[in-house]
Amino acid sequence: MSKMTDAPKSFQEIILRLQAYWAAKGCAILQPYDMEVGAGTFHPATTLRSLGTQVWAAAYVQPSRRPTDGRYGENPNRLQHYYQYQVLIKPSPPDLQELYLGSLEAIGVDMALHDIRFVEDDWESPTLGAWGLGWEVWCDGMEVSQFTYFQQVGGHDCHPVSGELTYGLERLAMYILGVDHVMDMPFNDPQTPIALSYGDVFKQTEEEYARWNFDTADTDVLLRQFEEAETHCREILDAPHEDPKTGKRIVMAHPAYDQCIKASHMFNLLDARGVISVTERQAYIGRVRTLAKLCADAFVQTTAGGWQPDSAA
Amino acid sequence: MPDLLIELFSEEIPARMQRRAGEDLKKLVTDGMVEAGLTYASAGAFSTPRRLTLTVEGMLAASPATVEERKGPRADAPEKAIEGFLRSTGLTRDQLEERETPKGAMLFARIEKAGRPAAEIIGEVLEKAIRTFPWPKSMSWGAGSLRWVRPLHSILCILSDEAGTEVVPLEVDGIASGDTTAGHRFMAPAPFSVLNFDDYAAKLKRAYVVLDPEERAEAIWHESTNMAFASGLEVVEDKGLLAEVAGLVEWPVVLMGRIADDFLELPPEVLQTSMKEHQKFFSVRNPKTGRIERFITVANRETVDNGATILAGNEKVLSARLADAKFFWENDLRVAKAGMQPWLEQLKNVTFHAKLGTQAERIDRIAALARELAPVVGADADQAERAARLAKADLSSEMVYEFPELQGLMGRYYISALCEDAAVAAAAEEHYSPLGPSDAVPTAPVSVVVALADKIDTLTCFWAIDEKPTGSKDPFALRRAALGAIRIVLENNLSMPMLPVFLSTYLDFLRSQSFEALNTLNSARSGPEYAGALPSAKQLLTQDALLSFTSSPRDTKAALARAIEEMQQESNWSVADAALDGLFASELAPIHTFEWLMVSEPEGGYSDADDEARNEERQKFEPLLSRLALHLLSFVHDRLKVYLRDQGIRHDIIDACIAMEGNDDLTLLVKRARALSDVLKTEDGENLIQGFKRANNILTQAQEADGVEYSYGADVKFAETDEERALFTALDQAEAKIKPAMEQQDFATAMAALAELRAPIDAFFEGVKINADNATVRRNRLNLLSRITTLCSSVADLRRIDR
Repeated sequence: MSKMTDAPKSFQEIILRLQAYWAAKGCAILQPYDMEVGAGTFHPATTLRSLGTQVWAAAYVQPSRRPTDGRYGENPNRLQHYYQYQVLIKPSPPDLQELYLGSLEAIGVDMALHDIRFVEDDWESPTLGAWGLGWEVWCDGMEVSQFTYFQQVGGHDCHPVSGELTYGLERLAMYILGVDHVMDMPFNDPQTPIALSYGDVFKQTEEEYARWNFDTADTDVLLRQFEEAETHCREILDAPHEDPKTGKRIVMAHPAYDQCIKASHMFNLLDARGVISVTERQAYIGRVRTLAKLCADAFVQTTAGGWQPDSAA
Repeated sequence: MPDLLIELFSEEIPARMQRRAGEDLKKLVTDGMVEAGLTYASAGAFSTPRRLTLTVEGMLAASPATVEERKGPRADAPEKAIEGFLRSTGLTRDQLEERETPKGAMLFARIEKAGRPAAEIIGEVLEKAIRTFPWPKSMSWGAGSLRWVRPLHSILCILSDEAGTEVVPLEVDGIASGDTTAGHRFMAPAPFSVLNFDDYAAKLKRAYVVLDPEERAEAIWHESTNMAFASGLEVVEDKGLLAEVAGLVEWPVVLMGRIADDFLELPPEVLQTSMKEHQKFFSVRNPKTGRIERFITVANRETVDNGATILAGNEKVLSARLADAKFFWENDLRVAKAGMQPWLEQLKNVTFHAKLGTQAERIDRIAALARELAPVVGADADQAERAARLAKADLSSEMVYEFPELQGLMGRYYISALCEDAAVAAAAEEHYSPLGPSDAVPTAPVSVVVALADKIDTLTCFWAIDEKPTGSKDPFALRRAALGAIRIVLENNLSMPMLPVFLSTYLDFLRSQSFEALNTLNSARSGPEYAGALPSAKQLLTQDALLSFTSSPRDTKAALARAIEEMQQESNWSVADAALDGLFASELAPIHTFEWLMVSEPEGGYSDADDEARNEERQKFEPLLSRLALHLLSFVHDRLKVYLRDQGIRHDIIDACIAMEGNDDLTLLVKRARALSDVLKTEDGENLIQGFKRANNILTQAQEADGVEYSYGADVKFAETDEERALFTALDQAEAKIKPAMEQQDFATAMAALAELRAPIDAFFEGVKINADNATVRRNRLNLLSRITTLCSSVADLRRIDR
């Protein structure tokens, strides 16, 4: 990496700069969703808010868990827990590519020295019943972001269309900071008295979770929780729209969606435990997708999802 | 004569779609122009990642005015008819012309259409083209409803001639046309206006955009090969990759990078695949060692550090990628060297086809078949079975999971690592062959056996579950499998009757299916109340009963009956019994019958009673046999016909040979067909067919008329003419040659001997009246004809020859 006058010094500085940049561009800076998810897209601020007619602009960090990617903290690039930075703007602005490139500059990528490319990559999430067209963004041959125009989510056509940006923060930061092993990456400013590396923060947990994910997690419990989440999700959505206590119309799309997220995570854990055969896999994914679609159906019945009293008929 | 320039400027168009999109734009616009009367001299399409460009030269400035004359009703026609004509022509009564014709005074309309200016036509045509563009995948964006491959940003559309440049006005979903475009995204992003195509191309080049994809590809290839050559290396050619890379850049800058030493020992195919698939790098090879030592990457820009940062970044990414590949390779090698057991276990969980079970079951069948086929091919049976068991193990490996296209090849590496015989390792790679009509056929015996077993298993099993190809639909590539099997048999000159092989494969399939059914039944019974009874019943069922199939089918029935009895005694099994009965009737009965008929005869032969029973069963079994094996054989014959037709062997010739005994031995069949084809190309051969047909017709008619079969007893002593006697002699001689030749399967000699009969047969028909008045003489002559047809038919069924 070349010398840059305003090069960031740490992982967290890159995150902070992204937050500042997107805040300045008018996004609501949200906090991570408080549940285990496989990717930033699962945050309801993306999945649900990309649906319906209301405008939206949000950016946030989302801790993401991919149990099968655990390598006990030994692989330089792979983690079972990592961070994604997620931006969702609806409708997608015409200068979204330029906005995105501006964010790279903001975190210290010198456009005059690097080769940035938009390479076709159509995004699809079978679990969410979602797809979109876009690119992986390459910086010197490395995929640093996913750039997608959502076309369908939860089985619903998106209109207006959301533009979604997803940054793989560790990989991007390692590249910008010139670090070869993720655990060596400075988490805070290396000049501070108590300098912490990424390894100081996460090596311990990577080891623990790798062992748990692969060998110890109780598959009977996971399976039961999957089934419970699935059942509960449906129960929540089956409840009448009118709340008998308050008499208000309250469609519980979000609580139901939480159960969908939970089922999805349980599936990921079961997968990592190696107890799901190839044939079963598709069936499980299909079950989660069904939940996601039901939640999407419910969300568009909420005010935030664009429902209006006069559209009830 | 103005020229037209159109540029549709968008966000990055997928590389694989660019070329086609350029052509589509050209077709849509020029077709639309021509339809509206705007002809042109030439047109050309170009594309870059961000633009589709069309240039049309030497077109009309306006569509020509047209005059159409239309004949109407008679001048004295009723008012209504005339009104209708006026409506359809858009004229008034006084604009119509009245003309005298032989039919009287008629009305004529002269419809004049003024020409339209090119700009007006092009505006309409282009808008329609944009709105109906045939992208393989399109999207909408923002709040709009227009669909394009990625967001469309601007439309440049100008007409230019000596007098100047004019913007063709149009607006599509808020995007208005203009005369401006922009250069390279990073190196020259400022917009600029253009006057015509030459100006456009020149200004683009100054703005770091090479418009022509061919030119970009050529530049990339030229620069890459030069760079490699300067280091004594060569670029591994990959036209598909070159086209793709040329679609990823507007300003190609070629950079050559190093592969870290750690990775140079990876198999070259792994390096190449990883670099191509993930990074779109070209591989650079050392021609002396054949090893991949460097890579070429193509950047989209120049930099002040001459690409140093970009190259360093790419090298770093590659190292991370190859570290993954190396991780897979080393993990895989560990599993491989330890015997691959975990991989084989894993294949038990991989479904091959819902009705055909798992990959592991499939491998079991292929292994059994390989063992059976080994002697035919001259391979060692143990080695063949071993090879079949390992050939697909790599499907579980991490490397093949990551790069499915390396299946087989990785198997070869991994089996070699297991220190297996090279022939076993080679079979892993070669057993998928031949994949296409031009793909090489394996020749090493072990590879041949496994490749053949694989294909035959596929064919038989899909036939068994009734998943045959229909029309253009062949989702399981069964036609390819059949052609593969045919080519393997023929090109290796294998003498192998197919029917028994089909049968035994089908049998194996049924057996494995039934085991599964039994297991399911058993696990359904594993409730606590049955726990006590289960082990013994299970043992009886799975071991005594099923396994004794092969040795003693009679005992099997008894054993099964005992099992049922025992289960009933031990607890209440009524439900299970019913299931078992059903199973016995539906699943096991055909197996039982198959097995019974297939087992080789016991020493001392069958008892009469057994023989009788066998015959009885065989008759029941016939329809099944014909349904499956014979139908599959005829499918193979159909593929064989296509294959041989391409080699110049006529359809009817193959039919004549298929009609003969032993037609499931393809090598024999083709040998016969070739010999017949050769002989039919000679004059003697061709005339012989006429002679044969004449003999056959006369004989058939006489047999029908007389109600007698003339097949035996022709005697030279009843011969009355020289021609007759000569034919007797000729037939004797021919028979003496043909019989031993046929025993040796020397069809060429047999056919040649047959062809020699042409002259005596011709002479016989010339000089002899078959229907002689003397009944004895007539019968003798008919019997002589029968000798001709019998002898001919011993070589091939010549009745099926068309001419």
